[in-house]
Amino acid sequence: MISANLSAVFYLISGILFILALRGLSSPDTSRQGNYFGIAGMTIAILVTFLSIGNFSTSLVYVIIFLVVGGALGAFIAFRIPMTAMPELVAGFHSLVGLAAVFVAIAAFLNPEAFNLGIIGNIKLASLIEMSIGAAVGAITFSGSIIAFLKLRGIMSGSPIVFSGQHLLNLILGIAIFVLIFYLCKTQSENIFWTVITISFLVGVLLIIPIGGADMPVVISMLNSYSGWAAAGIGFTLENTALIITGALVGSSGAILSYIMCKAMNRSFISVILGGFGADDSSDNKKEKKDQKPVKSGNAEDAAFLMKNASSVIIVPGYGMAVAQAQHALREMVDKLKKNDIKVTYAIHPVAGRMPGHMNVLLAEANVPYDEVFELEDINNDFANSDVAFVIGANDVTNPVAKTDPKSPIFGMPVLDVEKCKSVLFVKRSLSPGYAGIDNELFYKDNTLMLFSDAKKMTEDIVKNLD
Amino acid sequence: MEIDPFIFRISIFILSIFIGYYVVWSVTPSLHTPLMSVTNAISSVIIVGAIIAALAGSTENIFNTSSIFGFMAIILAAINIFGGFLVTQRMLQMYKKKKDKK
Repeated sequence: MISANLSAVFYLISGILFILALRGLSSPDTSRQGNYFGIAGMTIAILVTFLSIGNFSTSLVYVIIFLVVGGALGAFIAFRIPMTAMPELVAGFHSLVGLAAVFVAIAAFLNPEAFNLGIIGNIKLASLIEMSIGAAVGAITFSGSIIAFLKLRGIMSGSPIVFSGQHLLNLILGIAIFVLIFYLCKTQSENIFWTVITISFLVGVLLIIPIGGADMPVVISMLNSYSGWAAAGIGFTLENTALIITGALVGSSGAILSYIMCKAMNRSFISVILGGFGADDSSDNKKEKKDQKPVKSGNAEDAAFLMKNASSVIIVPGYGMAVAQAQHALREMVDKLKKNDIKVTYAIHPVAGRMPGHMNVLLAEANVPYDEVFELEDINNDFANSDVAFVIGANDVTNPVAKTDPKSPIFGMPVLDVEKCKSVLFVKRSLSPGYAGIDNELFYKDNTLMLFSDAKKMTEDIVKNLD
Repeated sequence: MEIDPFIFRISIFILSIFIGYYVVWSVTPSLHTPLMSVTNAISSVIIVGAIIAALAGSTENIFNTSSIFGFMAIILAAINIFGGFLVTQRMLQMYKKKKDKK
């Protein structure tokens, strides 16, 4: 058994190790070391908890069994999950943090003595507020993440679910949570505590269903942030420094990522939250335009010919590449091009994929060296000096309309200046619009050659034609 | 007059938000996915609360209502801790600088 002061010092150390874990991610070279810091911090926190309780009864055996069972399950998932499924996985993990926060809050409410929070029916006021906020945010994180998971997994349609009075309902429920917490503090009633949790579960669902598939990167980041605030709320209840520090870190991390994602789409956070974006309401005049404009289309042979005669090629991957699992074929194509002394780089838009940084991971998985992969602002000027842009599975992020048409829903969104290249190869199944539901002007440019096919198949065909 | 310990905790909290703000902005965008999975893993330090709750059962009655919630929370958090750190490790392994294997 170690003293409360000593364990507090150890919790602080584990909090510092978590900070270093995030710090390590500032560069790929230090990132692995960072992850070890994180693991060390977690190990310290868990060991210190055991030691500070000093209860080595049969309960401990069960705790270890549950720990091992959960750990084995987690490890199994971690090794089996394909990289394309990372967004779902992260959403799923967020839901677990949320639910764990709810459970810990419930346990603390039912047995406050174990946590030094007073006795049943007379829990310290501050603790009661902290645990109900922790439970409420945790519950919202849980049910919201479940919805995000279902949408990302394709079990639930990605299109927004909207009904009239939706925002009013959310507002009323939100206010209800606060009012109930207030009454909970006055009455210490168990029923009110359960009601708070139930309403919060409902709010989580209602909050995420109106948000469309295109906004998923924001949703994931936002839920990341919520899971942090939930942890912090519980950290205050338990008076645990490690948990407070971590909660604050994760909360701000998620908030920053949400901000970056919103900025990359030129949308305000509020408008994303209110949802309804990406609904299928393409107006008639857009369809007409589509029918009239001529499109140049080509085959793998044309594409191979164009690229072989180029001196520099920029690859623009998007979510479609991930869906088609084309990253390995793409890497093969790039290898061939490089052998012909063609300079190849990759351009990644911040919202390419379904979560922040998703494309980078997929390319890394396909053994693309990270120093060939560039972010939007670093590479956008290079398009004008390049011969070929190879757009594979991306769409809205290349649409010049964002720069030219103030009426467009994506106007002002930073886009890749693909059209400045001498020629553009656009791999796509059809002319259908992307997630934003708008037509891409790039399809009809003179220097664009459309390659209508599945991304993987087309890339493989090009590889054959490069020989 | 003595300062309420709550003030110390809220100070730690607010300072940590600032640390988080600066540290996270310095994370390279190409590592944003590992950032999310690792924050996932570390936020599961909530397991300390779960362990306290689970160990609070008496010797005769290991599984009371409160400790059952503790045990369930342990499983959830453990999935997250192991899953989160390992999947992060798996991803970061792919970011190793590749020497040309020709």
